[in-house]
Amino acid sequence: MKQQRNRGLAVILATLVLIGLGALMIGQKASAAGGGKISGTVKLDGTAPHMRGIDMSKDPFCDKAHASNPAHSENVVVGSGNGLENVVLYISEGLSAEAANAKPTQVPVFDQKNCVYTPHVLAMDVGQDFKVETSDATAHNIHPEPNPLTGNIPWNQSQPRGAPPVTKSWKTPEMIHVKCNIHPWMSGWFAVVKGPYATTDENGAYTIQNVPPGSYTVTAWQETYGTQTQKVTVAAGAAATADFTFKAK
Amino acid sequence: MQTNLLKCSLLMSVVVALCFSTASYAQLTTYQQQEWLHSPAASSHIGNLTGAARAAALPYRRYCVGCHGELGDGNGENAVWFATPMYAQPRNFQLAVFKCRSTPTGTLPTDQDLFDTIGRGMDRSNMPQWTPLSKQERADLVAWIKHYSPRWQTEKAGTPIQIPPEPEITPERVKAGQEVFAKMQCYKCHGVQGMANGPSASTLTDDLNQPIAAFNFTDGSRPKCGDTDRDIYRIFMTGLDGTPMPSFADNIKPDEAWDLVFYLRSLQPHNSFNAKEREIAKQLGLKPVNPNAPAQ
Repeated sequence: MKQQRNRGLAVILATLVLIGLGALMIGQKASAAGGGKISGTVKLDGTAPHMRGIDMSKDPFCDKAHASNPAHSENVVVGSGNGLENVVLYISEGLSAEAANAKPTQVPVFDQKNCVYTPHVLAMDVGQDFKVETSDATAHNIHPEPNPLTGNIPWNQSQPRGAPPVTKSWKTPEMIHVKCNIHPWMSGWFAVVKGPYATTDENGAYTIQNVPPGSYTVTAWQETYGTQTQKVTVAAGAAATADFTFKAK
Repeated sequence: MQTNLLKCSLLMSVVVALCFSTASYAQLTTYQQQEWLHSPAASSHIGNLTGAARAAALPYRRYCVGCHGELGDGNGENAVWFATPMYAQPRNFQLAVFKCRSTPTGTLPTDQDLFDTIGRGMDRSNMPQWTPLSKQERADLVAWIKHYSPRWQTEKAGTPIQIPPEPEITPERVKAGQEVFAKMQCYKCHGVQGMANGPSASTLTDDLNQPIAAFNFTDGSRPKCGDTDRDIYRIFMTGLDGTPMPSFADNIKPDEAWDLVFYLRSLQPHNSFNAKEREIAKQLGLKPVNPNAPAQ
């Protein structure tokens, strides 16, 4: 009799546990689809370093394009309220394999416009296709310089006027410098990361979308100042905040 | 007992997985290269020749190690004496990025490409022509080169680009070739007369950030990756990886590419290849391209 009651209890318990687990899984799925997010601002503490002007007189097209609006190098771009532009934010620790391997379907575009790269830093996921375009009536060559031992193989393609776009992707996370040998001032970055990412706008603000609930380490990468990390906990469907400050050297 | 076995095998598989996953990222060690020496990738196939890496241990030590180094990283004891831009650093076989390929940019060269480079040597560099070595020895050395980089373990050589048969040279083709030269803006580095004095020439650097000179068509030197018409076609279509020279495969059609070859020939001083091209250019009275002409 007692044994039977125990058995009954066990069955009820097991059912409850199963239902609970099921609910949890459904909940997780829902939140992964709905997505929590991490947002914040990245600022520069101190005076922004002087960004050297660029002399484009060697190429008449480039020179003319910047006749009224001289170009400057973009290693550190500071906006209103000392916000840092072109900082890449990504989740460096804590992502489930599923979330880390999910690949975004949109194809980010890296344009060669008026002899500078737009955007200056293009963030992308591992394996995500991206496109290199040219809007210029002069010849470029697009020459990324990854370390071949990481698994990302360097290539070098011509982009004369009216060239068709080049579609490529990278195999492993790496911050890859991009240059044009014809215009030695041209300098940009492919920031290849695993999982969700964001790049700061001209005010230093960013939002990483579609973050499943969990505890993470968020890394901010800036080409001149390197990386900074912060621990962040994201609740299901909620927004978490992580602000960063880089010290001017 | 069973669970212990299970735990053991799990642990082992984790250890094995870790070993494999770090192999391509960590700094290369002689130990790894020893492993790769015995892998199937450490062989070469050139025509009916089959090269084996292990057979090349002695020839490499005798002829190559001085510049390319014990670990194949291009840091042999002579390398420090190489003065750029005239003399580029010895190739780093660990990175497996090669100038002379028949394959698209960003891919590994074929065995035949490496074999040809060893036999041809590199003009204006310290790499001599290794024709005194037998073909078998050169095939073995190709296999040896491939044991230095993890890339040969996971990647296959690219698919060689197709080169259509060389058409008849005509004045129209030489003229069209000059239009390709202007449109692709080859003069940015190579100069309007091919004298390697274009506006960007003085700022060129290779992937080691060493200064590098653009090819001068007018001083009688031979292109580094061969001087037949097909070689020149291949050079600008595949690009020379590790240098500023990009691939034009996406932007020059095969027919136009032959036109460009003929025009480039006409820039060279008289040699055994270009009598016709020079004659045609002279008759046409071709003037150097005008970089400031409005784009069509």
